Amino acid sequence: MTQTIVLIGHGMVGQRFLEELADRSVPDRARVVVLGEEPRPAYDRVHLTSCFTGTTPDELSMVPEGFLERHGIETHLGDPVTGVDREARTVTTAAGRVVRYDTLVLATGSYPFVPPVPGRDATGCFVYRTVEDVAAITAHAGAGARTGVVVGGGLLGLEAAGALRGLGLATHVVEFNSRLMAIQVDEGGGRALRRAVEELGVTVHTGVAGQEITTDASGAVTGMALSDGTTVEADLVVFSAGVRPRDALAGSAGLAVGERGGVVVDERCRTVTDPAVYAIGECARTVDGMVYGLVAPGYEMAATAAEAIAGGEECAAAFHSADTSTKLKLLGVDVASFGDAHGTADGCLDVVYSDARAGVYKKLVVGGDGALLGGVLVGDVESYGLLRPMTGTVPPAPPEQLVLPAGLAPATALGPSALPDEAVICSCHNVSKGAIRSAVTDGGATTVPEVKKCTKAGTGCGSCLRVLGQLVNDELAANGVAVDTGLCGCFAHTRQELYEIVRSLRITGYRELLDRHGRPEARGGEGCEICKPTVASIIASLAPVVGANGYVLDGEQAALQDTNDHFLANMQRNGSYSIVPRVPGGEISPEKLIVIGEVARDFGLYTKITGAQRIDMFGARVDQLPMIWARLVEAGFESGHAYGKALRTVKSCVGSTWCRYGVQDSVRMAVDLELRYRGLRSPHKLKSAVSGCARECAEAMGKDFGIIATSSGWNLYVGGNGGATPRHADLLAQDLSDAELVRLIDRFLMFYIRTADRLERTSTWLERVEGGLDHVRDVVVHDSLGICGELEAMMAAHVAHYRDEWAETINDPEKLRRFVSFVNAPGAPDPTVAFVPERDQHKPDLTLLAGPTLPIRTLEGSASK
Amino acid sequence: MKVEIQAADGGWVPVCGLAELTPGRGVAVLLPDGQQAAVFLDRRGRTYAIGNRDPFSGAYVLSRGLLGSRGGSGRPFVASPLLKQRFDLSTGRCIDDPDPARTVPVYATRSR
Ligand code: SRM
Ligand SMILES: Cc1cc2nc3c(=O)[nH]c(=O)nc-3n(C[C@H](O)[C@H](O)[C@H](O)COP(=O)(O)OP(=O)(O)OC[C@H]3O[C@@H](n4cnc5c(N)ncnc54)[C@H](O)[C@@H]3O)c2cc1C
Ligand code: SF4
Ligand code: FES
Repeated sequence: MTQTIVLIGHGMVGQRFLEELADRSVPDRARVVVLGEEPRPAYDRVHLTSCFTGTTPDELSMVPEGFLERHGIETHLGDPVTGVDREARTVTTAAGRVVRYDTLVLATGSYPFVPPVPGRDATGCFVYRTVEDVAAITAHAGAGARTGVVVGGGLLGLEAAGALRGLGLATHVVEFNSRLMAIQVDEGGGRALRRAVEELGVTVHTGVAGQEITTDASGAVTGMALSDGTTVEADLVVFSAGVRPRDALAGSAGLAVGERGGVVVDERCRTVTDPAVYAIGECARTVDGMVYGLVAPGYEMAATAAEAIAGGEECAAAFHSADTSTKLKLLGVDVASFGDAHGTADGCLDVVYSDARAGVYKKLVVGGDGALLGGVLVGDVESYGLLRPMTGTVPPAPPEQLVLPAGLAPATALGPSALPDEAVICSCHNVSKGAIRSAVTDGGATTVPEVKKCTKAGTGCGSCLRVLGQLVNDELAANGVAVDTGLCGCFAHTRQELYEIVRSLRITGYRELLDRHGRPEARGGEGCEICKPTVASIIASLAPVVGANGYVLDGEQAALQDTNDHFLANMQRNGSYSIVPRVPGGEISPEKLIVIGEVARDFGLYTKITGAQRIDMFGARVDQLPMIWARLVEAGFESGHAYGKALRTVKSCVGSTWCRYGVQDSVRMAVDLELRYRGLRSPHKLKSAVSGCARECAEAMGKDFGIIATSSGWNLYVGGNGGATPRHADLLAQDLSDAELVRLIDRFLMFYIRTADRLERTSTWLERVEGGLDHVRDVVVHDSLGICGELEAMMAAHVAHYRDEWAETINDPEKLRRFVSFVNAPGAPDPTVAFVPERDQHKPDLTLLAGPTLPIRTLEGSASK
Repeated sequence: MKVEIQAADGGWVPVCGLAELTPGRGVAVLLPDGQQAAVFLDRRGRTYAIGNRDPFSGAYVLSRGLLGSRGGSGRPFVASPLLKQRFDLSTGRCIDDPDPARTVPVYATRSR
C-alpha cells in the first residue's frame, strides 16, 4: 500500500523539503499532501522587504512553475491544521479536512514575538512576517501615517525600519539591548552600525524598552512611552522583537518541546517522541539544543529529513549543528558575521580595523594557534565570501592584513586561490570550492551562469557570487583561457574596481593610486593617457564622498584631464576650440540668443545649431576662451560640458504647454533634469530627452535615459543610444510621479557610474552586466542590493556641490594662467590658428598647417595597454 | 629656478619659472625664429622639450597632450590631444608609427 507523507506548513523550508523528496523520486511511490495556513504557496520570506518597493508576491514565489502538479503533490492552502491525533495518525484542519498519514513533517516556522506592553492590540500595531503583514503596513502608512516606531533593533527590526523609511515615514527604532543587532555584532560593530543607520535618517533608541502604547479615543496608536521616561509620538508600530517557534500544535499532540520552545528532534530531524513525526526549519529544536532562525540551517534539515524518509533506517544523513554566518544588507548598510563572532573561545584574540568616519568596522577573532575563528564586518563586507570558508584554518595571510580595506591588503594576501578545495563557498547550497573547480575543468562550464546552473551555487542568498566569479575566472585562467581585464598598462584593475578602491579608501590623488595600486611595473611612473582621465573622472564622480575638490581643474586633477577638460572646451582640428553653453531643455530666451549672436560676432566665431538642441561656436583661440566666457557667464550662461564625459543635454519637445497632443509638461521636466544632473562626471557622456507624449518628438528612446509622458505620469526608458551602434532604450518603469522618476534616475545613473567600464555608454553597459535589464531593475527599482539609499545620497551630494566650472575659472587668476597661446609671450596669438571664408562665415585654414595634402585619419591612435 | 630651452642657433631662450609648470603637462613656447616648442615637466621634476606641431594633423597642439610612461621606469611620452599618437619626449620618435616623417624635433632644456 502506498505510504502517505503529510507536510504541515508550506514555507521556505517546507518547499525545500518537497524538492528534496522529488530529487529522491519519493513522490513517485508515495502520496504527498501539503497543508498550509497561508493563502499562497511558499514564497521567499528573506526578500519580503522588497514587497514594499513593488515586488509582487508572485515574483517572490519559491515554487517552480508546475512543480506541484508534475510530482502529483496534493496541496491545500489557506487552511491551517488545528489538531494532530498521533494514535489515529490523522491531522485535522480548521475547515474540517481530515488527512491520514504514515509520516508527518512539521515545518510550521515561527511567529513574531510581541512583548506584553499595554496597548499592543491598538489600531496601527503590526508584526512583520508575511505578505499580508506588508500589505497591512503599507495600507496604514498610505492612510496618512507619518511616524513609525519599530520595536526591536535586530536583523528583522532594521529591515522593517528600512521599509518604513522607504514608505516615507519618520522612523524610530527602539532596542532593549545596548546596541543594534546584538546577536550578530559586538560593541564596536554596533557603534559603526548605529552611525550608519542614523545617517539614513532613522532615530535609534538603545538600552530602553517600550513601556506602553498610547492611543486616542478611537483606539488608534498615538505613540509609545519608553522606559527612560520619554515618549515617541507615532501613528504606526511594528513589533519585531524576535521570533518564537510555532510548536503549539506539536505540544498539544504530546510531542516533546524544548524549554525555550521548539519541537525536540534527533539528528535525523525526527521527533524524539514519535518516530513517525519529523520537524524541520524554524519550529525545530535540533540536537545541539538550538532553534535556528535562519533559512540555510532549515534547508539542511529539509535535506536530512528527506534523506531519512527516503533512505529508511540505514540512511547516513544527519543534522548536528549549522553555521549561523549571516551577511545582510540592511537599510543599505552591509553587515556580516560568521563563526565565533563574539570571541567566546578560550585564549582567542581580536584583530580590529575601525574607521568611524567611513562607518566601517571589521573584527576577526583568532585562536591561540592562529586559526581564524570568526568575525564581524560592518560597512565593508567585501572579504566575507573569502573569510567565512577559512574559518577554522590558519589563513594564508596575517589577520591584520585581512581586515584592511579591499585594495590596501596585498593583492596576493587574500584570494579564493588561497582556499582549500574543501572550503564551502556557497553555504546556502553547500557547494565546495572543489565542486566549482570541477564544474569548470571537468564539466566544461565557462561562465558563472553555467556554473550556477550545474552546481546551484550562488542561487540562494547570493552572497557567494563575488567569490564564485573569481573562482571561475581563476580556474579558467589555470586552464589557459585567461584575459587581462586591466584598464591599461598601468592598472590591472577594471574601472569598476578602481572606483571601489577610490571610494572605500577615499583616495583623492592619482599618484597615490598609481603608486599603491598600479601594476608593480608601472608604479612610480607617469601613468598614461588612458588611466589619467579615467581616474580623474572617478575622483570627480566621487568628489563629495571622498572629500576631493569637485572642481575638475583643482591641483593634481588638472594634470589628469584630457585636453578638452583641461581647457573646458572642445579642441578642433586646427587647435582652436569650440564653445557650447548650456541651454537646458533646449529652451532659450531671445535675450540670450542675442548674447550668443553678439559674442560670436565680436570674436569672429563660426556658429552652428547642434544635433542636440543647442548652439556651438567654433574657432576660438585658447587665449580667447576666458574673455568669451566672461561675457557668457555675465549673461547667465554656464558650461554645457560638451567637452566632458558628463551630462550633455536633456532634449525636450514642446509638450503640453503648446502642443495639442501633449499630456505632460515635457519642457519643464527636461529643464529640471538637466539642471539636476549637469556637471555629473561619468564613464562616458550621458544624454537624455523628454517627450510630451507617445509621438516621441524628442527621440527619448535613443537616449541614455529617456522619458515619455503618459496621461498618469512618466515612463522611464534606459540604455538608448544613437551614434555608431544605435539602440532603442528599454522600459525601466512606468507611470512614475515626478518624485519617483527623479529618484529612479538618481539611482540608475549612480549605479551606472559605479559599475560601468571606461568609455562604456549605458547601452553597452546594460547589455554587458550579468542579468542585463532585469538585474539593473532589481537593483534600482527593488533595491535588491540594498544600495539605493547610498546611491541617492551620492546624487544628493552631487546636486548640492555643483558649481559652474567656467564661472569659477574666470574668477581665479591662478586658473586663468594656462589660457595663453605661449607661456613666454602671453599676449601673442598663435599665428597658426587662422581661417578662410566659407558660406558667409569661415573655416580653419588647414593648408597653413599641413600643406594641401593632409592625409585624412579618423581613428584614435593605437594607444595600447 | 627658470627653465630655458636651446633654440636651433644654439642660444638659450627663457621659458618660464620651473614652479609655473604642472607635472604631467606642458606649455607652448614661441621661439625667436617663429617655430613653436612644447615644454613638459614630469613627476620627477625633469623637463623635456619637443616641437609643438603634431605631424599627423599639422596643428600646433602637442603641448596640450597628456604625459605618460611605459612602466614605472620607462621614458615619458606625450599623447597628442587630437588623435592620441604618442611621442617619446627624449627622442621625438612616434611610438605608434615608425615612419621617420612622424618624428618631431627635440630641444635641450635646462633649469637655473
Ligand atoms: C557638435 C555636434 C555635431 C553638430 O554639429 O550637431 C557633435 C560633435 C561631436 N561629437 Fe557628437 N555631436 C553632436 C551631437 C551628437 C548626437 C546627437 C544628439 O546628441 O542628439 C549623437 C548621437 C546620439 C548619441 O550620442 O547617442 C552624437 C554621437 C557622437 C558619438 C558616438 C557615440 C556613440 O555612443 O556611438 C561620438 C564619439 C564618442 O563620443 O566617442 C561623438 C563625438 C563628438 C565629438 C566630441 C568628436 C570629438 O571628439 O571631437 C564632436 C565634438 C565637436 C565639438 O568640438 O564641439 N558624437 N553626437 C553635436 C553636439 C551636440 C551638443 O549640443 O552637445
Ligand atoms: C522580513 C524577514 C527577513 C528575513 N531575512 C532573513 C535573512 O536574511 N537570512 C535568513 O537566513 N533568514 C531570514 N529570515 C528568516 C527566514 O525567513 C526563515 O528562517 C525561514 O522562512 C524559515 O522557514 P520555515 O519554513 O521554517 O518557516 P516559514 O517560512 O515561516 O514557513 C512556515 C509556514 O508554516 C505555516 N504554518 C504554521 N502553522 C501552521 C499550521 N498549523 N497549519 C498549516 N500551516 C502552518 C505558516 O503559515 C508558514 O507559511 C527572514 C525573515 C523575515 C520575516
Ligand atoms: S512628442 Fe507629443 S507632445 Fe511632444 S511635440 Fe511631439 S506630438 Fe507634441
Ligand atoms: S551562499 Fe547563499 S547563494 Fe551561495
